Amino acid sequence: MSTLDTGHIFEAKNLNYNYPGDIAALRQINFTIGAGELVALVGANGSGKSTLLKLLDGLIFPTGGELLAFGQLLSEKTLKDRTFVAEFRRSVGLVFQDPDVQLFSSTVWDEVTFGPLQLGISKDEVLSRGKEVLKLLNIAHLRERPPYLLSGGEKKKVSLASVLSLHPQVLLLDEPTTGLDPWSQGNLIDFLLQWADKGKSMVFSTQDLDIVEEIATRVIVMGTEHNILADGKPEEFLSDPDFLLRTNLVHEHSHRHRELVHRHPHLHEYQHQH
Amino acid sequence: MKGEGFLTRNISSFTHTLESVISTEDLCRALGLLQGLDPRVKVATFVLFIVMVGLARSLSILAIIFVLILTLSFLSKVSLGFFLKRVLLFIPIFTAVIALPALLITPGSPLVAIAGKIIITEQGARTAGLLFLRVTDSLSFGVLLILTTPWTKILVALRWFRIPPLLVDILGMTYRYIFLLLHTANSMFLARRSRTIGSFSGGENRRWLARALTTTMAKSQHLSEEVYLAMLSRGYQGEVRVLNALSLKRRDFLWVAFALIAASILLWSNHL
Repeated sequence: MSTLDTGHIFEAKNLNYNYPGDIAALRQINFTIGAGELVALVGANGSGKSTLLKLLDGLIFPTGGELLAFGQLLSEKTLKDRTFVAEFRRSVGLVFQDPDVQLFSSTVWDEVTFGPLQLGISKDEVLSRGKEVLKLLNIAHLRERPPYLLSGGEKKKVSLASVLSLHPQVLLLDEPTTGLDPWSQGNLIDFLLQWADKGKSMVFSTQDLDIVEEIATRVIVMGTEHNILADGKPEEFLSDPDFLLRTNLVHEHSHRHRELVHRHPHLHEYQHQH
Repeated sequence: MKGEGFLTRNISSFTHTLESVISTEDLCRALGLLQGLDPRVKVATFVLFIVMVGLARSLSILAIIFVLILTLSFLSKVSLGFFLKRVLLFIPIFTAVIALPALLITPGSPLVAIAGKIIITEQGARTAGLLFLRVTDSLSFGVLLILTTPWTKILVALRWFRIPPLLVDILGMTYRYIFLLLHTANSMFLARRSRTIGSFSGGENRRWLARALTTTMAKSQHLSEEVYLAMLSRGYQGEVRVLNALSLKRRDFLWVAFALIAASILLWSNHL
């Protein structure tokens, strides 16, 4: 990442995105993400979190407003510049929500070496990175296995490894803990925390407020109108049950404690007190 | 439900058969004769063998080649039953349509007469026999190559032979995603069955099938767009770059020598 400004990672200015047929996916999005920030994108289904991650990864482009990455405009035109696109792809990695989308190669080894190879990294370095990420995620034994024969947890690990081999400065993750059992979720969270300790940046979408509490230093809350409802520190929102209820991040449920039946928002860390 | 049962059974057994035919990862990793060879050498020599089979004009030579294939299969730790099942499954598909007419309409000296009217000639029997053995041998070589070589290595070999990268990538992706789409189709049939009581008419079943096919096609289109984005995200710029970690060993040269000698003997035998 030699020529790119690493101070401001992303800057969205009045960002809009419409799907064909003028179906709004994002409306008037404004934010700046700095180096080292760990940002959670939370919000109800269909609020535009996955779309925003694809925009941040330069896979789709705004239909209105501007998106800057490392101080440079992210557009179809700028990403045609081979030097810029190579530097951008080396710096930003996206882990897709569905591992079957991400894992298109024939073996796990091909998968983890795919990215570095496409970016023209030397053969020795590609081999070394491939071995490094397999070891890092404890999946060296899966090296020659075809991805479609792996379990859900293994697929997630390989997806992450396939992006980490790019040595990105910024990791984008779309619902990283979805479909994982509690043990695998815990492992993944531990790993991401260790990875972030190296001064890297992360933007992840999630509906799991537990992982927000554990990882994020900042939360952007997306609303059903595809706009940003709030942007701030996790504790500001997670301690406000009314806000969480309004934004569909928790549900109110009733349950019985012996003779007593009561209702309260379902939120563990801050509100589940009896 | 008759129609749906038929469809469901066929889709699930097709998925299962395809998986068991293609998923031979353990066999590819066995320590056998053919597994130890470089995939480029294997692809090149097997193509040579298949061409030679096409040129062979003697029934006995083709039979000897089949025995040789069975020996190779045995030396590559592929059990004979498993191998023959895979070969014999496809032979009727490829031969029946052509071999049967050849058997009945080729002029020549009569060999057998069926019901006094249908005459099988000596030349007809020979032509059908040649066709049957040629298909059997060619298919056996193909099956043996697939059983003893991981698909990924075959793709690497094809790239090395300068087959257009786009074509090789399409082959690789087809192999990768065919299971996913088959499982999706299977799940749709099961989901319908779980919500169904009673029976549907043939027309309703056909309409449902048409809708299911359309949905699967739309899903595959969405999947292909997402996969393309996932490739772009990791630096793909229109041409896949791959690691070429292959190197030829002494046994590869010995195998090539064996293949060339075998091919020469076969060509020479054609002139006898």
